[in-house]
Amino acid sequence: MVEEKVVYQRPDALCDVPTHYCPGCTHGVAHRLVAEVIDELGVRGRTIGVSPVGCAVFAYQYFDMDGAEAAHGRAPAMATGIKRVMPDHVVFTYQGDGDLAAIGIAEIIHAATRGENITTIFINNAIYGMTGGQMAPTTLPGQRTTSSPSGRDVELTGYPIRMAELLAGMPGAAYVARQSLHSVKEINRAKRAIATAFKAQLAGLGFSMVELLSSCPTNWKLTPPEALAWVEQVMVPYYPLGEYKVTDEVRALTRKQG
Amino acid sequence: MAKGRIEIREDRCKGCTLCALACPQGVIVMASDHVNAKGYYPAMLNDAEGKCTGCAICAVACPDVCITVYRQVPAKTRPSAAV
Repeated sequence: MVEEKVVYQRPDALCDVPTHYCPGCTHGVAHRLVAEVIDELGVRGRTIGVSPVGCAVFAYQYFDMDGAEAAHGRAPAMATGIKRVMPDHVVFTYQGDGDLAAIGIAEIIHAATRGENITTIFINNAIYGMTGGQMAPTTLPGQRTTSSPSGRDVELTGYPIRMAELLAGMPGAAYVARQSLHSVKEINRAKRAIATAFKAQLAGLGFSMVELLSSCPTNWKLTPPEALAWVEQVMVPYYPLGEYKVTDEVRALTRKQG
Repeated sequence: MAKGRIEIREDRCKGCTLCALACPQGVIVMASDHVNAKGYYPAMLNDAEGKCTGCAICAVACPDVCITVYRQVPAKTRPSAAV
């Protein structure tokens, strides 16, 4: 009789339900990483997720933990209220680029400026996914979308916003990183960054955000493998990966805990 | 004999092919003769030669958490073998 062990299975913090995401969309990967980190930290019973408006609008149905649904872009404001009322809870927002970098940019900047002790998972796929592939603040120069059919013209619409760099400049931010989901190696790095962000919150060190470069095969009109190659070859050069702000306290935390 | 094996939840698979491309052993193939209830060609384990090592790279790549990975426990680390 051959004995075997389970080396990989669905994390407990993720509900056993199908998601509405398109085939090959890396939202599913991001959900799984957040769920795995919350399970590993053992804080599922006191974690509250705040869902955005956008493709991830049903995120509260997929995470097996408490959740709330914010108005478009207002997840950081809602998370601020939840965290201040229940400071012993772990509060995170899960937001897309249309939510965080467009209509909700005021909320995220002020949450970071105030150093709110919350964690933000920011999915950057350079397009408005749910509404049909319009140009987002993060759409790359020359990128074709339904509202920039000839490619984004920077003379007319300006340049894409680099949120990680922007928020890293806020004194209240404790940990800000940008990672990508285009390969297994990068997915593993992204998980470490998410873990550091949650640990920073648990230690009460201030605002933490992880930006994840994500794919949108449907609206980019690419196959899932082509979409991941596009992330690597086109998005990563404009949105360099790495940790943009790590305070000394956060660094000490990650050293101590390995 | 394969060192590992995977179970793919066919009904949850969306046929994105990312697991098949990620597999270092190339033992995941996309079905071509049938579709699942969603209408996608699901990924399947095709490991007649027993190459699967249970590395779980496919499961990390899968956006829909369809894959459960099992790995054989080497005999020397089994509690029963120590008796």
